[in-house]
Amino acid sequence: MNTEDVLKVARLARLHLEKDEIQSLGQHLTNILEYVALLDEVDTEGVEPMAHAIDQHNVFREDVNTPSLPREQALENAPQQDGSFYRVPPILTGRD
Amino acid sequence: MPPDSESTQSLHQQLISGKISSEQLVRRCLGRIDARNEEIHAFVHVDADDAIAQAVAIDNRRAAGETIGLLAGIPVALKDNLCCKGQPATCCSRILENFRPPYDADVVSRIRAADGVLLGRTNLDEFAMGSSTENSAVVTTRNPHDTSCVPGGSSGGSAAAVADGMVPLALGSDTGGSIRQPAAFCGIHGLKPTYGRVSRYGLIAFASSLDQIGPFANDVYGVSLLLQVIAGHSGRDTTSVDHEVPDFLSRHLDSPPRPLRIGFCPEHFAHGLSPDVETPVRAAIDLLRDAGAEIVEVSLPHSRYSVAAYYVIAPSEASSNLARYDGVHYGRRAEAFDGLVDLYSRSRGEGFGDEVKRRIMLGTFALSSGYVDQYYNKALKVRRRIREDFDAAFEAVDVVLTPTSPTTAFRIGEESSDPLTMYLNDIYTAVANLAGLPGISIPCGTAPSGLPVGMQLMAPPFEELRLLQAAAWYQSLRNNGPLS
Repeated sequence: MNTEDVLKVARLARLHLEKDEIQSLGQHLTNILEYVALLDEVDTEGVEPMAHAIDQHNVFREDVNTPSLPREQALENAPQQDGSFYRVPPILTGRD
Repeated sequence: MPPDSESTQSLHQQLISGKISSEQLVRRCLGRIDARNEEIHAFVHVDADDAIAQAVAIDNRRAAGETIGLLAGIPVALKDNLCCKGQPATCCSRILENFRPPYDADVVSRIRAADGVLLGRTNLDEFAMGSSTENSAVVTTRNPHDTSCVPGGSSGGSAAAVADGMVPLALGSDTGGSIRQPAAFCGIHGLKPTYGRVSRYGLIAFASSLDQIGPFANDVYGVSLLLQVIAGHSGRDTTSVDHEVPDFLSRHLDSPPRPLRIGFCPEHFAHGLSPDVETPVRAAIDLLRDAGAEIVEVSLPHSRYSVAAYYVIAPSEASSNLARYDGVHYGRRAEAFDGLVDLYSRSRGEGFGDEVKRRIMLGTFALSSGYVDQYYNKALKVRRRIREDFDAAFEAVDVVLTPTSPTTAFRIGEESSDPLTMYLNDIYTAVANLAGLPGISIPCGTAPSGLPVGMQLMAPPFEELRLLQAAAWYQSLRNNGPLS
């Protein structure tokens, strides 16, 4: 994985990386991807992917209102809040 | 090692009969923690006043003639990724260093309802990613048997706390082996339940299809007791299965199916397994065989791919689960940022440690457009093959036996420079998470170095009782000989 690939993935992951991290992460990813290429040895023709350890399907409940987390508690751990909302920089700015 | 290490059953009986009070036991534990934690670093947070208050409340209710829950005031330590209202839950990460959950995990509610005393929060590899606690942003825990060695991970703090006699019971979590491997390294019992047996509500998520919470104890009784309390369906975790919970506690001493058919895979005893581990594990097999167990060779041809499959699936799921740490609702926010996306990127860049970043990057890549079929979906197909191997094996055997870990506890710093070497610690344990099976690590001897050795038993889904019975049987054979 070259620097460009690493930065592309970092952007997807919303991870800011320092220069030395880009290098070492690139190396690590290359090593691991080499190792997991082992999986190509396995014949998986016609095999369904197993995303779940148990055979369970959608679990529903009645759409009934029950008490949920009070606003005060929901805001307790906020880095910045004004008593009603979490405060963040503007979301729509016209740039990426 | 604790000089007066009593069996969990004995402690429990003394609490029930009133011979000791919960407060007395909790104070004894706190005393031990005070004396030992600066060396062992099992605990990252202890609220002594809160623990004593819990104990006193239980003692008062008992004195008033009220019925006391199953745990009877026994202390239980929690891995620091389990939410407990008002107490810190940091996952030993800088990104959550000031986080206090506003709710209790399901397992915490159950422990409270059963009158257990929640005593302290234990060290882990950051976000449960690691096999040694060396990835903790707080401290590295020491193995009580040799403090130059790791206790294993990621639940190394909980394992060390129990092994050192600081608490009789502790909870950990296991995604690829994070209960079983530290249990083996520390010479205690550790069990990962069937996926869905214990609710994950309130377990800070690492990999949602692999994570399970489970008990540590010095003996089978302790594991059975704590499992009894935490197991069961919860409406708040839609992956929690509505499956009847057997009576683990009064039935764990019943005989396992006789003759117990134990499967083993010769490949597991080949290249890569340390002789320090192989010798006691083979001795355990011999002991079981002499006592009447049928030792059957089984074939698990896809288990050699388990580490590769695990290290695609787990990071993929982690990349999704850790996306929530964005500096907005909770957790660390960067001080300097330029716009919203930069707020996310810098908060995460500053808050996450190296191993967490490695796994997020790997997972993001494996799920990304153009690569998802080649990596993630391929790994999920191999996962199904691994599960099919076990389904076939369990037609012929009751349990599968493996070493828990390829080596005994390694020295601090010895493996941390090469992530891939660290990943291979999971070679025997990750299959159980991938296939959803229950697994227990049982101490089975000591290496010449004095370090403990553990062996693993795995069973079909929801057969934890069978594991406990087999483990109890083995325990009695070691104590009393094959003719017991």
